[in-house]
Amino acid sequence: MARKLLLANINVPGINTLEVYRQKGGYRAVEKALKTMTPDEVVEEVKKSGLRGRGGAGFPTGMKWSFLAKPEGVPRYLVCNGDESEPGTFKDRFLMTYIPHALIEGMIVSSYALGAKVSYIYVRGEMMPQIRILEKAIAEAKAAGLLGKNILGTGYDLELYVQPGGGAYICGEETALLESLEGKRGNPRLKPPFPAVSGLYGSPTVVNNVESIAATVPIINDGGEEYAKIGIERSTGTKLISASGNINKPGVYEIELGVPVEEFIYSDEYCGGIANGKRFKAMVAGGSSVPILPANLATKTAKGESRLMTYESLADGGFVSGSSMGSGGFIVFDEDQCIVRNTWNFARFYHHESCGQCSPCREGTGWMEKILHRLEYGHGSFSDMDLLVDVSKKIEGNTICPLGDASAWPVASAIRHFRDEFEWHVSNREESQIRNYGLAHYADPLEPLVQS
Amino acid sequence: MLSVTQNEPVEFAPTLLAKFADIVGRYPEGRHKSALLPILHEVQAHFGWLSVPAMDQVASYLKLEPIEVYEVATFYTMYFLQPQGKYMLEVCRTGPCCLVGAERIMEHLEDRLGVKEGEVTADGLFSWRGVECLAACGFGPVLQIGPEYTFYENLTEEKVDELLTNLKNNAGSQPLSANS
Amino acid sequence: MADDVKFKVSIDGIPVEVAPGTTILNAARQIGGDIVPPAMCYYSKLEGSGGKCRTCLVKVSKGSEKDPRPMPKLVASCRTTVMDGMEVLNITSPEVVEARKGVVEILLLNHPLDCPICDQAGECKLQDLGYEHGSAATRYEFERRTFEKIDIGDKIQLHMTRCILCYRCVYTADQITNQRVHGVLGRGDASEISTYIEKAIDNDFSGNIIDVCPVGALTDKTFRFKNRVWFTKPVDAHRDCPTCSGKVTLWYKGEEVLRVTARKDVYGEVEEFICNTCRFDKKATVDWVIDGPRHIENTSVISANHYELPAPPPVIKKNLRLQEANKEQLERAVKL
Repeated sequence: MARKLLLANINVPGINTLEVYRQKGGYRAVEKALKTMTPDEVVEEVKKSGLRGRGGAGFPTGMKWSFLAKPEGVPRYLVCNGDESEPGTFKDRFLMTYIPHALIEGMIVSSYALGAKVSYIYVRGEMMPQIRILEKAIAEAKAAGLLGKNILGTGYDLELYVQPGGGAYICGEETALLESLEGKRGNPRLKPPFPAVSGLYGSPTVVNNVESIAATVPIINDGGEEYAKIGIERSTGTKLISASGNINKPGVYEIELGVPVEEFIYSDEYCGGIANGKRFKAMVAGGSSVPILPANLATKTAKGESRLMTYESLADGGFVSGSSMGSGGFIVFDEDQCIVRNTWNFARFYHHESCGQCSPCREGTGWMEKILHRLEYGHGSFSDMDLLVDVSKKIEGNTICPLGDASAWPVASAIRHFRDEFEWHVSNREESQIRNYGLAHYADPLEPLVQS
Repeated sequence: MLSVTQNEPVEFAPTLLAKFADIVGRYPEGRHKSALLPILHEVQAHFGWLSVPAMDQVASYLKLEPIEVYEVATFYTMYFLQPQGKYMLEVCRTGPCCLVGAERIMEHLEDRLGVKEGEVTADGLFSWRGVECLAACGFGPVLQIGPEYTFYENLTEEKVDELLTNLKNNAGSQPLSANS
Repeated sequence: MADDVKFKVSIDGIPVEVAPGTTILNAARQIGGDIVPPAMCYYSKLEGSGGKCRTCLVKVSKGSEKDPRPMPKLVASCRTTVMDGMEVLNITSPEVVEARKGVVEILLLNHPLDCPICDQAGECKLQDLGYEHGSAATRYEFERRTFEKIDIGDKIQLHMTRCILCYRCVYTADQITNQRVHGVLGRGDASEISTYIEKAIDNDFSGNIIDVCPVGALTDKTFRFKNRVWFTKPVDAHRDCPTCSGKVTLWYKGEEVLRVTARKDVYGEVEEFICNTCRFDKKATVDWVIDGPRHIENTSVISANHYELPAPPPVIKKNLRLQEANKEQLERAVKL
């Protein structure tokens, strides 16, 4: 069995309570950090761990922390990004629901490292049950002297609040989140300035994903070097993977980075294979925004090597034949799924979630959705595929925030790898309305595909 | 432009005002605008939706221009700007849930309730709509019901029928509590 | 940093020295001419404006003297400040030209193209942009977006279908007027400029939202369908106004003042905001002291049948001997 750092005690009854959490060694990291370490030493451990942001961008957390400006007399803030909304991703909900104290403990340790006296956990408003759970956990922690004034007698003060969102995927983008936390529309800010210099209320701010913050707990408990021993290369530690789609055992799995994709899909420890005895057609490895890969490129890289669940290996081949770790939202498609329909569905999502502030995203996402809708319902033309790729290029890289890229990549990659399925929707209009294209050659061994 | 369906002035009850005060206390001095989203949730939980007078009252409480409240309320999808059924069933319609039958669930709901997406049943009890990813992809199809966003996972047609029956039977009682 | 510190920057190979904190766009404006990126949402007099329309995207091919690495993506020149030694490519970068063409196509996707009946025609920034950077045809084959019409009072006409969501009118209401009653409502491509409830946008300075609008989304109701702007003659005038500077441009048709606007500079930005009394209530020559004809760039259709001298024909610019012979005329043309 692989090592578990975040979910080790997930099956312990009552682990959602402070009492049981502490019995199982919880809040040791708070004791250790606040009583025996300086804030800079905590930052140093996180740097040593190699932890990369678990929200999707994969930026090294310790480095992000070290960028935080520390002007005299200005408050600093830590804001936890619990706006989990990327299709395919549900690990943060899972963590907050079942082990809320892991997040609270991480918040205390991280706030201490950054010198924050007030910290916020921004949770999407739809997760009202999780908000209630966190509020209860915060109250428990406060009653136990782990929050509030003079925590554990160390002289460190911290207030922690939960802030609900209002229903907007874009608030997962850190500056949109800060706008929303300030009570405004979730329009991403232009950068620079970055939040590390001017974030919440214009003060230096760090925004970290729920899982990233929870991961600081084992890092402080066991040391950054110990954490970095897990995993491969620059993909250190464990990662929560949200597995969904047509698999036997959907759910949240904590993996040691480096597990082969094939093992992750087929092993009984994880997804347990494709559901209903169907065949594997395609995979989205890191949430809906990352490129979709056909089965044959999902388990092997274009070079024929086994593809691993690491930041590097999932991205191997770049946009031509690779994908990305993203947020770890692992979606599996079986042979009965229609890639055109799914691409339209994702395009509709990004169209719906565009904030509308900058023109390429506001107009381009709707345009792509309309073209894809037309293709899916048998009214498309052969030129639509090139048009889609071109529109996606007009959006990609030209927007204020990454939502533009996130809307462009799934469309561009679906056409890159499944172009014949799109074309079939044009050449077989009526047939495409009653049956799916099926597996076709998407699971065939790689060589012939590359040559064709 | 909104068709104003309610023009009655709104008074917030002391219990609600106490909640507002608690929320405002979470932010530094002068940053009370941060309370806007949570307060709108409270107002909606209380009244079922956000009428113009209710939003104007929130603006006045937080010393904002009314337009600042409208801008926020119209940006976020959780705020209802029109009255809804007592139970608003929100089904996730995004990719991963569709891989496991979310579209069937929505068709079934439409069929059972006899109203289209966004409409209210004649008895005022139900509305339904498709919403974007609810971050529960591994447990799809899913739906949620406000104001506490009670969650229902791994839906089947049978489970939906059962849920509708239960809701109908409980319609007279308190709103749903968190977590099914 | 001392006041006299200057950053050396080059834009399309043309060097310029600017104060630290200057944006790329404003550095380009100091050079002037073709290399100035177009701006549909940025407005130098409105704090926080810019960054949204993406027409001013440029390529930073060298970040700075200290860190010469190019920037990975195109950047919004209106909101990116220069660094010492920065090298910027605008019209000399095919990537920028291509991206800009895309932005123009995208801005026109849902634009109604009702120019024949639009009061902004002739002084519309989107028209200019489309003419300079766009393609002849759109590839958009879907129905264009429409909005429910709303009435924002008897002075200002809102045509939401024409809006490109530059947010300038919102910033104007926030920064120039004493109360903002309109804003951007909804989100994504359903975003709209609105008051939400039926409400007039009416205060001492509200008329300025007409002047800052780059398109025909906000137009002057008192000028509505009165005349095409290119048939009117702009004349600068002033009056002793207790509320504003009183410096305006009067738009004449014959003896009649059809419209009063603020005076606009070469980038279409107002020089000084004016009050509603000057704009809407003072439409007789006797109300004003005339300063003289308003200079209109000869690239604008409004300069047609105008009384200013045309610029020297292009052939002179290309020929050294002709340049020498027409020295005086050339100098005058530069001054115009």
